[in-house]
Amino acid sequence: MPEQLAFTIEVFLNGLMAGVLYALVALGFVLIYKASGIFNYAQGVMALFAAMTLVGIQNGQVPFSHLINAIFGTEIHHFGWHVHSVLAIAFTVVVMIILAWAVQRFVFRHLVGQEPIILFMATIGLAYFLEGVADLMWGSEIKALDVCMSEGNCLPQGMNGWIDQTTFDVFGYGFFIDNLDIVASIVAALLVAGLVMFAQYTKQGRAMRAVADDHQAALSVGVSLNFIWILVWSLAGFVALVAGIMWGAKSGVQFSLSLIALKALPVLMLGGFTSIPGAIVGGLIIGVGEKLFEFLIGAPFLGGATENWFAYMLALLFLVFRPQGLFGEKIIERV
Amino acid sequence: MKMKLATWATAAMMAASPVMADLVFPSMSYRTGPFAAGGIPFADGYADYFTLLNERDGGIGGVKVSVPECETAYNTEKGVECYESLKSQNPLVLQPLSTGITYQIIPKSIVDDIPVHTMGYGRTSAKNGGVFSHIFNYPANYWDGASGVVNYLLEINNGDISGKKIALVYHNSAYGKEPIRTLEALAEKHGFELVTLAVDHPGQEQKSQWLQIRRERPDYVTMWGWGIMNQVAIQEAANIRFPMENFIGVWWAGAQHDVLPAGEAADGYKAITFHAVGDDYPVFDDIQKYVVDAGKAAGAGDQVGTVLYNRGVYAAMLAAEAAKDAQAATGNAEITGGDMRDAMEKLTITEERMAALGMPNFGPEFSVSCENHGGNGLVGVAQWDASAQEWNLISDFKQSDQDVITPLIAEDSAAFAAENNIEPRC
Amino acid sequence: MFYREAGDFSTTYAEDQQTFPIKFDRYRYYVVLFIAIVVVPFVINDYWANSLLLPFLIYAIAAIGLNILVGYCGQVSLGTGGFMAVGAYACYKFMTGVDIWWGGELLFRLPEFNIFFSVIMGGVMTALVGVLFGLPSLRIKGFYLAVATLAAQFFLVWLFNRVSWFYNYSASGQINAPERDLFGVLITGPSTEPWATYLFCLFFTIVCAVVARNLTRGASGRKWMAIRDMDIAAEIIGVNPLRAKLTAFAVSSFFVGISGALFFAVYLGAVEVGEAFGITKSFLVLFMIIIGGLGSIFGSFAGAAFLVLLPVVLKVVGVDWLGWPTDIVAHLQLVIVGGLIVMFLILEPHGLAQLWRVAKEKLRLWPFPH
Repeated sequence: MPEQLAFTIEVFLNGLMAGVLYALVALGFVLIYKASGIFNYAQGVMALFAAMTLVGIQNGQVPFSHLINAIFGTEIHHFGWHVHSVLAIAFTVVVMIILAWAVQRFVFRHLVGQEPIILFMATIGLAYFLEGVADLMWGSEIKALDVCMSEGNCLPQGMNGWIDQTTFDVFGYGFFIDNLDIVASIVAALLVAGLVMFAQYTKQGRAMRAVADDHQAALSVGVSLNFIWILVWSLAGFVALVAGIMWGAKSGVQFSLSLIALKALPVLMLGGFTSIPGAIVGGLIIGVGEKLFEFLIGAPFLGGATENWFAYMLALLFLVFRPQGLFGEKIIERV
Repeated sequence: MKMKLATWATAAMMAASPVMADLVFPSMSYRTGPFAAGGIPFADGYADYFTLLNERDGGIGGVKVSVPECETAYNTEKGVECYESLKSQNPLVLQPLSTGITYQIIPKSIVDDIPVHTMGYGRTSAKNGGVFSHIFNYPANYWDGASGVVNYLLEINNGDISGKKIALVYHNSAYGKEPIRTLEALAEKHGFELVTLAVDHPGQEQKSQWLQIRRERPDYVTMWGWGIMNQVAIQEAANIRFPMENFIGVWWAGAQHDVLPAGEAADGYKAITFHAVGDDYPVFDDIQKYVVDAGKAAGAGDQVGTVLYNRGVYAAMLAAEAAKDAQAATGNAEITGGDMRDAMEKLTITEERMAALGMPNFGPEFSVSCENHGGNGLVGVAQWDASAQEWNLISDFKQSDQDVITPLIAEDSAAFAAENNIEPRC
Repeated sequence: MFYREAGDFSTTYAEDQQTFPIKFDRYRYYVVLFIAIVVVPFVINDYWANSLLLPFLIYAIAAIGLNILVGYCGQVSLGTGGFMAVGAYACYKFMTGVDIWWGGELLFRLPEFNIFFSVIMGGVMTALVGVLFGLPSLRIKGFYLAVATLAAQFFLVWLFNRVSWFYNYSASGQINAPERDLFGVLITGPSTEPWATYLFCLFFTIVCAVVARNLTRGASGRKWMAIRDMDIAAEIIGVNPLRAKLTAFAVSSFFVGISGALFFAVYLGAVEVGEAFGITKSFLVLFMIIIGGLGSIFGSFAGAAFLVLLPVVLKVVGVDWLGWPTDIVAHLQLVIVGGLIVMFLILEPHGLAQLWRVAKEKLRLWPFPH
């Protein structure tokens, strides 16, 4: 096989993997937008918050220790214990559910029936707020994220030797696939399957879809909007946690994690704001598109670093032909 | 509207008015925002060294030192606000700690007569003190750094790297593009091939860059990175099994927090430096005794001896030494920014002087003059040992290639002088 | 009590339709203008000018510009940062003389423009670019359009970083504003007087506000609002959506470009595109107009004031008065700003401008509300 082609295939595969990671972030946006019409700007910050909480609980950090030390002049930092990952994830999920409840109770309950742009604005306020709280709670230094399901069975890193070896034998060229990406893909697949099952076969799931279709009708047949919205925010919190773990495993948990929301926006735009499969397919298209463009055109001819704007240009191009995104609901306008 | 504005502004005025007669060394820190992890240890080290001087020696020349801190979050606009509020407190020297803020302050500092020390960042051509009268970037700048990397590679290849391929992975900003010109000139001189790969801010996703490195198969990779880009790059390099000992970062990509997230995989990663690493110096015992144990540390006290903490201590030491020189030269204990500038321009750091301060061989020896605000450009190399979790200096401070750098500096500073009608002083 | 209308008679249509129909309101407006133009320049110092007033005025211009697009025409844009960058770089090129190259040879070089006209040219160039990136708005709507304008944001920032022609081939990739004067008074560069820069920006702010106010209540403004409220219905009653949307993009970008030019030349003096005009700037200006109030010129000022001045005030109170560690103050600052945004929205979803209107309504009746 000619080398250039092998490279291109390799880039393509890695683009798919990157796309899965983008889709993970986009999923959280879609869940909330579908059920409540809120474009949740805070999704990225929620991922940061969840990942920080996870690491904080794992390491037995005292929340708000900075603030407490500054006010009372004490010197406390750690409880001195180390929590097992599975337990820590469970605790973090609980925290995200409490957060979902608080968001619903203190913010969106008071904003029912407002225009989308105002709800969007409220999530901006929420993003600021959460960012400040996350930093106050756990401190702003970088924390290494190490998630282990059992002893020695941690989130993997590095190159997959098996794929490298096998492909080398077959093609004379070893493909590079990151172990973490494989795990991320599996997790994403499970997550989407789980969400779809939940939405299709459970009572709450059906209620959730009913709310997404028509708030008023759902309300009139006895669905508790309040409960559904808390549920949806909890699910989005959970998705944020998963995205936070996957991204945080690469770079450590730090402020810049909240910027992954920007990677999700073109995905959303392309896949449609209301479609879960759209988020996945959009993620894959964006991932592959930007990697291939950077590799074949951007770096050799344009000086590189084209990925950011190309993702948006690609999405823009799609939108010109399908203004509601690939899988979005058709916009029907009546006067 | 206007009423509120007036009252607020009055409040700001009152707060900004000078109240202390101390020697003021402001710390423009960034403990929040995307680069907080790099900002916290530096700010801690800077503050702790001055606290040490206050506690142990009673200040500098008998005058207490105060270190007002201003949070910039690495943001130029906040930096402007900090500069304006610090200006009225008669600061002796400013350390803006951000290339963007530095560029913004360069013209103002001349008018306001406040010296600015940009140690290992900022505008490289400020080394030409004839044009940039108030900017100092000793002991080394980015172009020294680029040359230092190449020199080190020459050293381990017995002086011949012709035909080798070196890749530069850089943050796609003014900072990241700094070394390209120097590296291009050096590539011509030494006959190696240079490949440049840009990473857009913030740099959480570098798959395509590292796939390209896999394709190009460079012999060495050097990196001008900052923030999250560093951790991701080191992780990705490990992922593609690029040999870590052939991966050399600049000094802003060579601290504990850059390598720790990658764990064992980062073992062997190298970074250039212009000061010592580790905490095996008498000065740290004093800091532990007088500052940390006394509960006066600026941070949590857990950063002592980390790379960027050392850099903060080093910057504070250079500032304090210049202040001592200024006191000696003027005969006054109370000095002004102007006196400080004159002293910084005559500063000479020798091995004896550092040893007397409890920091033997902590940084390179250098001297500053009107023509040369950048020191001698000596650059060392440190390597990360993941099992011991510490950086070790593996190549001592060595001279960078001034034949290549000097003309580049002359060219760039001449352009600035022409643009701003500055008559070189010397 | 205040805002008494008794005795206010309008005898002509012009009087009836003026911006401030109530006499008290009108006088208050004159007093504010008087203080801003005549009093402030005498008491201003460097700290006031550079930390508070200049950013406030410049962001107010950007907010007015974006408000025309989002608040009046209903086209959500997240490209503000990129458009500000166009204004800044165009201003820089015209300040230092535009050089046109062809095939590696210098064809000609325009003379250096005066700073005033450079800023205007910044606006003009941005208007052109804005129209170009406004074209997709004909097909794409709502949040989809917002994300599409992000393409402009990222592409423009990348372009200015990549093509060295824009920064006159300087080694660092930064642009520096050289010293320029207007009638012999320095406007840019390090040795400017605070009153000069303040008045220069104030002039642009007032002109922009007045122009925006009159555009939005004239024919074009009504067309924009018709498009905003329902574009199909607007089309049926004879509004040309192409022209309405593109004029909104042009006017909005013109203002945003001017603010970008002032931001670079007068306020900062040196910028690097990614840092100064990144995506955060786009969001910041959008936050301003939503907090201030969509579709309101006053709201643009209020929003700019809220997001520029509040962080400074919190910093001064926290660090300088209470002596807390800077990092805790910075974090609390985020919590407080976020909390306040949410609180304002719950109290009054239509922004500070609506709050102000309600307060005015109350004051009109006070102290006898029944």
